[in-house]
Amino acid sequence: MVWRGTADGSFQTFEVPRYASQTVLDVVTHIQRALDPTLAYRYACRVGMCGTCAMTVNGVARWTCRTHIDKVAKDGALEIAPLRNLPVIRDLVTDMGEFFDKWAKARGRFEGTATRKDDFANVTPQSAARVQVDAAIECIGCGVCYASCDVVTWNRDYLGPAALNRAWTLLNDARDTANAERLRAVAGDAGCHACHTHVSCTERCPKHIAPTAGIAGLKRAVVKAALRGEL
Amino acid sequence: MTFRNETLLWMLQRASAAVLVLCVVVHLATMIYAIRGGLSAAEILGRTRGSYGWLAFYSVFVLACAVHVPIGMRAVLTEWLAWRGSSRDIALAVFAALLAALGMRAVMGVFL
Repeated sequence: MVWRGTADGSFQTFEVPRYASQTVLDVVTHIQRALDPTLAYRYACRVGMCGTCAMTVNGVARWTCRTHIDKVAKDGALEIAPLRNLPVIRDLVTDMGEFFDKWAKARGRFEGTATRKDDFANVTPQSAARVQVDAAIECIGCGVCYASCDVVTWNRDYLGPAALNRAWTLLNDARDTANAERLRAVAGDAGCHACHTHVSCTERCPKHIAPTAGIAGLKRAVVKAALRGEL
Repeated sequence: MTFRNETLLWMLQRASAAVLVLCVVVHLATMIYAIRGGLSAAEILGRTRGSYGWLAFYSVFVLACAVHVPIGMRAVLTEWLAWRGSSRDIALAVFAALLAALGMRAVMGVFL
């Protein structure tokens, strides 16, 4: 069953042949190419790099290009819907605008002062800060964590796990110079303090990142800054 | 409310939670001791009346509740009823004052 229409749409049933190593994205592509060319969905790389093909598969947000049917089908059936917590444009395509706007609100952009005339920054791979960055930097922006987060559902202003995870990587980037402003941006009701540590983001992240850990780190960093009077 | 005050509320909730962990453990142990030991109400009052130690302990317990509960309720009201803004915060301040007043009334009831 595949979701059709916008928020008040409904599921439509399709019969799709099974193949070995078939992915959920293969199924959606088969429907669009062979059964109903009006089906709208989004994908680009097909190999788990671009983060565009995330959908809700049998109730769980997943990257569809790397999700095998064997792993998720229940009695040979799939229910494929658009990602939760985002406006549906049509069928399986959501508007990711608010998701990425929140990255900007969390000051998710690197801000440095070095120019091309400066030497490279020396960052030891084993340094504590760099280890934190390594653990969180591989986010592909697929929106699975955002769709899986109940706090996003309940508090529409909440920045969400991906944006806060991004802020956490920049906070630990020795070259970044905007961390005072960044901590202000991620503090409070819409930021890291809204997280209830449900850990759904960490459970569902296809890249095995733990945004919950990053958000906890942000909470500590904000409190430290507040105690020092720097917030 | 500014992000500074939001952060302050979060810190107050965490700090009060740490106090409450200790208070709840001591309170439960005291209750179990009083019940299992078969203390009568008069015997319990005999120990609490005029005891500055119990007055201090239960005053801290009540005030930690009066800080902790409304901050938690704030998130519940925001997320479940979408109640935001100063009306919510004023209502919660009144609720906090009520918790503190009723709690302290009970504490004074066994102290005096």
